[in-house]
Amino acid sequence: MIRQEALRGDPKRRLGLNHKKKQFEQPQFKQQDYTHRLNFYILPPTLDITLEEFEEWAISRLKVLAELEACAFRNRTPEETASYMQPILAKHLPLAQNSSRSSNLQDERKRDHYSHFILRLAFAATEDLRRRFSRLETQLFKLRFQSDDARERREFVDHLNFEWDKVGEEEKRGLAEELAAVTPFKSKNAGSEEEGWFKVDWEQVPELVEGRKVFLKRGKAYVPVREQTTLVVNEFQRRLDQGLVLTSRALPRLDEDDRLSPILAHLSKSFTAPDAAYSQDSSLSGNDISAANVDALSTHFPACMSHLHSTLRANSHLKHFGRLQYTLFLKGIGLSLPECIAFWRKSFRLITDEKFTKEYLYNIRHAYGDVGGDANRRGRGYTPYSCQKLLTEGMPGPGQTHGCPYRTFSPDNLVGLLQKMGVNDRDLLKTVREDVGRQRYHIACNRVFESAHKNELKKVKDEGTWNAADLDTILHPNTYFKRSFLLKNMGKVQSGDVGMEDPSQ
Amino acid sequence: MPHAISPDPVAEDGILPDAPALGGSSNSSQDASQEDSPQSAPANAEKLNLENMFDDDDEDDTEFPSSSIAPPDSDQPTKSSRINDPEIMKAFYQRLFPFRHLFQWLNHSPSPTNDFANREFAFTLQNDAYLRYQSFPTADLLRKQCVSLNPSRFEIGPVYSTNPRDRKTLRKASAFRPLSKELVFDIDMTDYDEIRTCCSGANICNRCWTFITMAIKVVDEALKEDFGFKHVLWVYSGRRGAHAWVCDKRARDMDDAKRRAVAGYLELLKGGDKSGKKVNVRRPLHPHLERSLAILKEHFQDDILSSQDPWADSEASSNLLKLLPFPDLVSALRKKWDSAPGRSSESKWGDIDTIAKTGVGSSDTYFGKRLLEAKQDIVLEYTYPRLDAEVSKKLNHLLKSPFCVHPGTGRVCVPIDTRRVEEFDPLSVPTVTELLAEIDAWNGDEKREADEEAKKMQDWEKTRLKPYVDYFRGFVAALLKEEKNGKRDRDEEGDPMEF
Ligand SMILES: [Zn+2]
Repeated sequence: MIRQEALRGDPKRRLGLNHKKKQFEQPQFKQQDYTHRLNFYILPPTLDITLEEFEEWAISRLKVLAELEACAFRNRTPEETASYMQPILAKHLPLAQNSSRSSNLQDERKRDHYSHFILRLAFAATEDLRRRFSRLETQLFKLRFQSDDARERREFVDHLNFEWDKVGEEEKRGLAEELAAVTPFKSKNAGSEEEGWFKVDWEQVPELVEGRKVFLKRGKAYVPVREQTTLVVNEFQRRLDQGLVLTSRALPRLDEDDRLSPILAHLSKSFTAPDAAYSQDSSLSGNDISAANVDALSTHFPACMSHLHSTLRANSHLKHFGRLQYTLFLKGIGLSLPECIAFWRKSFRLITDEKFTKEYLYNIRHAYGDVGGDANRRGRGYTPYSCQKLLTEGMPGPGQTHGCPYRTFSPDNLVGLLQKMGVNDRDLLKTVREDVGRQRYHIACNRVFESAHKNELKKVKDEGTWNAADLDTILHPNTYFKRSFLLKNMGKVQSGDVGMEDPSQ
Repeated sequence: MPHAISPDPVAEDGILPDAPALGGSSNSSQDASQEDSPQSAPANAEKLNLENMFDDDDEDDTEFPSSSIAPPDSDQPTKSSRINDPEIMKAFYQRLFPFRHLFQWLNHSPSPTNDFANREFAFTLQNDAYLRYQSFPTADLLRKQCVSLNPSRFEIGPVYSTNPRDRKTLRKASAFRPLSKELVFDIDMTDYDEIRTCCSGANICNRCWTFITMAIKVVDEALKEDFGFKHVLWVYSGRRGAHAWVCDKRARDMDDAKRRAVAGYLELLKGGDKSGKKVNVRRPLHPHLERSLAILKEHFQDDILSSQDPWADSEASSNLLKLLPFPDLVSALRKKWDSAPGRSSESKWGDIDTIAKTGVGSSDTYFGKRLLEAKQDIVLEYTYPRLDAEVSKKLNHLLKSPFCVHPGTGRVCVPIDTRRVEEFDPLSVPTVTELLAEIDAWNGDEKREADEEAKKMQDWEKTRLKPYVDYFRGFVAALLKEEKNGKRDRDEEGDPMEF
């Protein structure tokens, strides 16, 4: 993928990013002219750049993607994300409109183009990285698409030549009622009379289907022009996913270049998923973490785990997702596999040993990486769920108890749960209601934590015994537990274990 | 886990005369290796996401409560122990199970293809060992395996990119991946426990079966009218629920994101037990919901209000009050109902409008509209399908095969004819013991001794299984016809997947 002869022939060790002819249509060894601000990244870059540029541009883009991911993590709304990202984009990856008449237009677009393709190389290796990269790049594209000047956006879409079926006037009149029913009453000129509609296979807009935002008829989705963004963004992602698979197949050849490999490896490492970076450090080895002790320890649990624990005690049973979520959490606090098995065996007191062995034992062992394939054993089983994971998973159905209660409970029931956990401050409960009303679930949870540990937090701050990182926002149930445990047991906790590493960082 | 059964005895007794000839590479028969033995079978599941594995057990959580909690000396009817009699199950596989039609259904063509050969089957043996990643080149080899392993049931998984039995020999793990599977749905009565009053747990009766009937009608209509699917097979799950298999090629090829989209589109009730009001939809109603409401309204009066009588006592009626808007209306209703204990749900439902009209609240149109919407939401909360959506979202989820026997009831998992879905009576579905007795009775009839025609008959034709197999045959024939046409179209167009 790297043009060796260009490197050899060039004393300044310049670097060409010439993708192989076989793989991409025709290589163009000339400066590409960037007519549009937005880019579908169909053609790979062809001009040489220096190693320094290679690394610097990639790192800038990586910063942007990391911030974007953090927005989802912190549950920011699209509007909040857009305004939060604006200065970050301006600093690391500026991309001006044609109308700005900026003299840097071509340079900016070149950096955008090259950095995208460099990160493709860095993140094409595993399916996990590909999926994450594709998700974030698609978000970035969407952000830019939505902020684009309307006219330039139309020109950009036109040049892509999508073949979407327009719904004719007669058909539109015949379906007026149905189309109106999928048109939110708020949007003014969105009445099906004036508005244009595309007719596409429903598979092209799965998220609009999932949210019942389109009318479906015999396999066709009727997509209003205002939802065109979804069509364009999906097409962007579809092509990116295809491209990433092609890149991954070409990667082995790249390994031979010993100057690029370390840079790429470094890039992909600094992009590890929050979940994957879970470390053993959230546990409290040396302290009495045993099956018999879970009831006592549960005073330090965040609402999600507290709810699972009390449901388990009340019903002597938990449904599967709850069981999984809770098992992984217990693993995270340092409960050993034998203790965890003992815990579940005692907790499911209505079932026989035989049934327990048959239906539950294997899953517990699998969660710990005690059984399963090599990958599972090597990775010591599954990672305890982070707040992000709990906040982005599907909602529990009837009878299920998993997830984050700040999100899944009605406000009244949430307040009831918190009161059961000993939270009675009326002002606090009121603020929590407001938080969850604005979907700031983890802020509500952190608020509850801070209130419950007010005195202890003041003490460590006053004494300066904990540094700022130890007091950062909690983004993982296991961090919540560990921090609570340490604060409430100050002085008693085994030394050498107070390094508060957030499992999600 | 004791098991005296060889995992694959097919090799020893050769191949059925009517099975197509196999090349030397037949891999159905060389699989007696240790790795697929029941003890280590779960270890082969690494391809499966852990969450799926947690899924699998839930039906069983409450499925056999009596077998695990009942005291050992209890004198329960011995029906289930008779069904567990291995000889009965063996006779069922030998004489009754329609393997040939099952084969055609999964194979999509009369002659064997990879659609069948690379399809995963998973067996639950009589000793409860679970044997995954089984596959068979032909119907006869599947049948032989069933007769010899004599599983209590078996499940059907996806078609893989290579033969599931070869997965260990592949150099790259990524070469073994699921390619296609029917889009499936699972509706189970457990999810209705909070609103059904007639039965609880594993029990069902014709009154609560209506919940399943309503669910089938709504989901079937949406799959066909909205998504354009044509080949939707509904199957009784053997006890208290139903499964759907959407078999159109377009459905089988869907990735997880698209499966999630269909499940999300159909899912309406949100939130666990603690989330309060479960139906929160905007107006105007989406056309799918508008149509579903029209279907469900028909059932609400008889099947919910009078048959289930869900708000009879005061605790239950306070649940109803929680779902209504306007504090004045709610307190007026509460007062009325407190003074008339035992008032029926039907009357209470009527009271809502009566009280509203007598001037609690204003008579403006906003009030009327809000009240109507709240009542629609309540109808939906009590009638709209409650799907176990997780089952539908994953391409690699396994589901029990049609025509298996439910080990708890002995009933056969028969197809449900959606054209006569209202007539389907789960309690009259034949059990395996009844069917075997029917064959004996038929054969014992002396008049038939000399009948030449009769000698050629399949055993299932002599029993009450016949209409169900006939229906299934018709379903499979229609699917195969479409596959044939579809394949011809694709051949003529050239392969659109090539670029
Ligand atoms: Zn019933």
